[in-house]
Amino acid sequence: MSLNVLIPAALAYVVFLFVIASLAERRAERLRAAGSAPRFLRSPLVYTLSLSVYATAWTFYGAVGYATRSGLEYLTIYLGPTLIFVGWWGLLRKLVRIGKAQRVTSIADLISARYGKSNLIGVIVTLLAVAATTPYIALQLQSIALSFGAIAQDQSLAPRQLAIWVAAGLALFTILFGTRNLDANEQHHGVVTAIAVEAVVKLVALMAVGIWVVWGLAEGPADIMARIAAADRPEWRVDPARWTGITFLAGVAVLTLPRMFQVMVVENADERHVSVASWAFPLYLMAISLFVLPIAVAGMTMLPADANPDLYVLTLPHTMGQNGLAMLAFLGGFSAAMSMVVIASIALATMVSNHIVVPIWLARRQRTQSTPVQDLGDMRGLVLNARRLSIAVILALGYLYFEVSGGSRALASIGLISFAGMAQALPVMLGALFWRGASRAGAIGGLLTGATVWLYALFLPSFGPGVVLGADLMAQGPFQISWLRPHALFGVEGMDPLLHALFWSLSLNALVFIIGSLVSFPGPLERVLSAQFVNAFDPSRDDDMRGARGWSREASENEAEDLLAMAQRVLDESEAQHYFHTQARLQGREGFLPDITPDFLDRLERELAGSVGAATAHAMITQIVGRRRVTVDDLMAVASETAQIMEHSAQLEAKSEELARTARQLRDANEMLQRLSVQKDSFLSQISHELRTPMTSIRAFSEILMDQDITPEELARYARIIHDESIRLTRLLDDLLDLSVLENGQVNLDLGPGTLSDLLDRALLASNSVRPDRFFVVQRAGAETGIALNTDIGRLTQVFINVLSNARKYCDAEAPVLRISVRQRGGVVTVDFIDNGSGIPKKSQGLIFEKFARLTDTHKAGGAGLGLAICREIMHNLGGDIAYLPGQGGAAFRLTFPAVLRQHSKAAE
Amino acid sequence: MSKPKPPLFLEREPYRRRRLTDGARFLPILGFVLILLPALWTRGTATGTTAEAIYIFGLWILLIVAAALLSRPLRSIQDRGEGTGRPAPEARNGNNQGSDGGSEGGGGSAADGAQ
Repeated sequence: MSLNVLIPAALAYVVFLFVIASLAERRAERLRAAGSAPRFLRSPLVYTLSLSVYATAWTFYGAVGYATRSGLEYLTIYLGPTLIFVGWWGLLRKLVRIGKAQRVTSIADLISARYGKSNLIGVIVTLLAVAATTPYIALQLQSIALSFGAIAQDQSLAPRQLAIWVAAGLALFTILFGTRNLDANEQHHGVVTAIAVEAVVKLVALMAVGIWVVWGLAEGPADIMARIAAADRPEWRVDPARWTGITFLAGVAVLTLPRMFQVMVVENADERHVSVASWAFPLYLMAISLFVLPIAVAGMTMLPADANPDLYVLTLPHTMGQNGLAMLAFLGGFSAAMSMVVIASIALATMVSNHIVVPIWLARRQRTQSTPVQDLGDMRGLVLNARRLSIAVILALGYLYFEVSGGSRALASIGLISFAGMAQALPVMLGALFWRGASRAGAIGGLLTGATVWLYALFLPSFGPGVVLGADLMAQGPFQISWLRPHALFGVEGMDPLLHALFWSLSLNALVFIIGSLVSFPGPLERVLSAQFVNAFDPSRDDDMRGARGWSREASENEAEDLLAMAQRVLDESEAQHYFHTQARLQGREGFLPDITPDFLDRLERELAGSVGAATAHAMITQIVGRRRVTVDDLMAVASETAQIMEHSAQLEAKSEELARTARQLRDANEMLQRLSVQKDSFLSQISHELRTPMTSIRAFSEILMDQDITPEELARYARIIHDESIRLTRLLDDLLDLSVLENGQVNLDLGPGTLSDLLDRALLASNSVRPDRFFVVQRAGAETGIALNTDIGRLTQVFINVLSNARKYCDAEAPVLRISVRQRGGVVTVDFIDNGSGIPKKSQGLIFEKFARLTDTHKAGGAGLGLAICREIMHNLGGDIAYLPGQGGAAFRLTFPAVLRQHSKAAE
Repeated sequence: MSKPKPPLFLEREPYRRRRLTDGARFLPILGFVLILLPALWTRGTATGTTAEAIYIFGLWILLIVAAALLSRPLRSIQDRGEGTGRPAPEARNGNNQGSDGGSEGGGGSAADGAQ
């Protein structure tokens, strides 16, 4: 093929992309005007394909060369990103969420925004990115130039001349689509669509060559396997250190490379697309690396030994006469290079304009004009021109690097050097997302340290000894200090230079970053932002964050107009007016000028940040509203406000709990009152009944007595009945009286000394009169003999008699046995009366101490059912208690009372 | 007013979802360890570049399948606004998206088209 074919083909391809990009751009604009979202243009598919900007010409050409030299190691470059995407839930999701929430425009913007909108950090990251990306751009230019050279027979153009034309053409394309407008979200529909198309082209091209190799040159997968096994070289052995290190490095690179950040975070239209990309992007990477090894092996075996392995993809079909396939491969490589250059230069240009050009311009204006507010000039034009210029400069730098380095070295090493450079942003980035204590001072220190070590140990030596760093210095170290040799820092020798530099730069970077953060004290704005970043997913902190704004809450002055004027110059005029109008309406005001609340300032700043970056937006607003930045006092006010609210709500909670408690108590009391009322009614009816029975018989028999004709025997018998009944009546009334006296606590206790055994003897004797026909075995342990009492002996005896009588009355055992056990502990005497009857059923146990409670038939019992009630009152009066003791194999009552009753304790009751 | 504290124990469904997110965080770690295996293999007759390549690509496919299987349930968790380690009320999540998704179109409806 000749250049006469290649150049028109390349140009036609560029025109094709151009058309696609402008169609997409137009469609997006039309849809936006119609108020709907560009669906296809912003689908997960396009998002995933645009991520493929990761696979550059380095992948397309370089991976085969890499595989030829080092076997499977090339896979690590794609395995690292696979892991990051497969694990999107942990890291990518948060990165994208914060990127969208803070309207981040680049990785430099993200980092500078987190560390107090510090422009210095933005500048450092920008410079690092430029330094790391320039060689990579040079690499793309080189690969395009080489690919022209590889298949063009009539090479009339030197690679360098070609490269300069390519660089100029790419700059033009990027400027046309990357800087058409200053979008509030910094999104480029046209470019992203073109990148997605290119992703398909390069994948199809590489796979086509691969399939041709496997099924055309070889005889299918089995054959190619055999060929791979045959071509196996000793240097293909997996080097564990490099394998691990490069997998890690590639994973880091996919997060930190400016072009990856651009497509992954900035151009992301919907956070949910990441979930699709989590498997689709690894799939893409796998597909693109699948045929690399077969192509490498085919190249090794079928091409002359002096052929450049980096160009096998192209030279293999070309030498074999497959011109169509070679053309496809050429376009695929061109696509890969072009997409990288376009996205990388857009990303870098955004950084350079937002962090270097605009701040310088603002600072100059501030110095020359005392009131910089009124006329900021056409900011939009300035920013766009700055970006256009930056793109041109970046591509020129790339070309310059290509020119200086001579385009000789292997593609892979340049790529890895670039990766290692951007990896220096990793510690501060992770700190930004996950560590609230990460501070600006630490970040600056860490970045500078990491960048310096990277430059010294990897980047500058990469030019070769004697180019930038002298050969002496490389071999002996500066000033003959051997432990400062670039490839053997601090005495670590024999390590792979890449891993050596990666290890030292990242560890020192992280070390300085962490120590710097630990010892420094962050500014108030930084602290607000650290909370916003780290708690991005914590909705329960939203309320806390509500008050924490980047602006102080001073009374506002008439600055709204100035702000509107400024916003108009950054955003589109009508857009800015619309924004102010909406904000004013949200505050419930008419017109275009909302109140300048800290909240409004914060939102406006974020809106502007979408175009010019956080640091610049902050600086611009500061110019207008002056020294109204947030202070530590503001933070404390917010904190104490929150604390007050929390305290308040805690108090309320306590109070409501107390109310609930009181309500419960009231309810209990009410229930008790109702119960008592019912009890009282039943008591009255019971008592009437009890009184009425003897009264009735007395009346009946006295009526009989009133008859004249009764015999003297009958007279005597009836009189006895009447007498008995009146005695029973009297006893009932006595009991009632007794009970009421006891219940009211008005009883006079007749304290006196006695011993428990005497008392029991007397009680047993007295109770023998109850059902004297039954024989009771009474078991008494001897323990009670020594216990001396000083209490109301009479009353206590009454209780004992009652309990013993009950036992005699109700024990239903064939051979009744009554066991009395006595214990004394700490001045309290416990007497248990346990019989061997069937006991009292569980449901009645609570009832037996109630008045008139009787478990059996009234007449059989022969009492009014007041006995145990009286016992209980007596025991209470004696400072003790009587209780039913369940589970003793029969009815069991336990009496507890103090051996010595003190009068005052009684009085206190 | 008083914020509802995140509950200490969860019901069965939220518990499953929480473990799912744990699994999603664990997957890359597992993947990394498995990727490192070939570096530890001793080169013998059985393990050459071919065997390593088959292993790596097989592992790669497994990782992709695992991520694809996880992605749908995870996305629904993301839509609920959980996955923060603590459950969030739906309404608040909606608010967040409203203020973040911001001025330009392309937020929610684009994703609807994607489904």
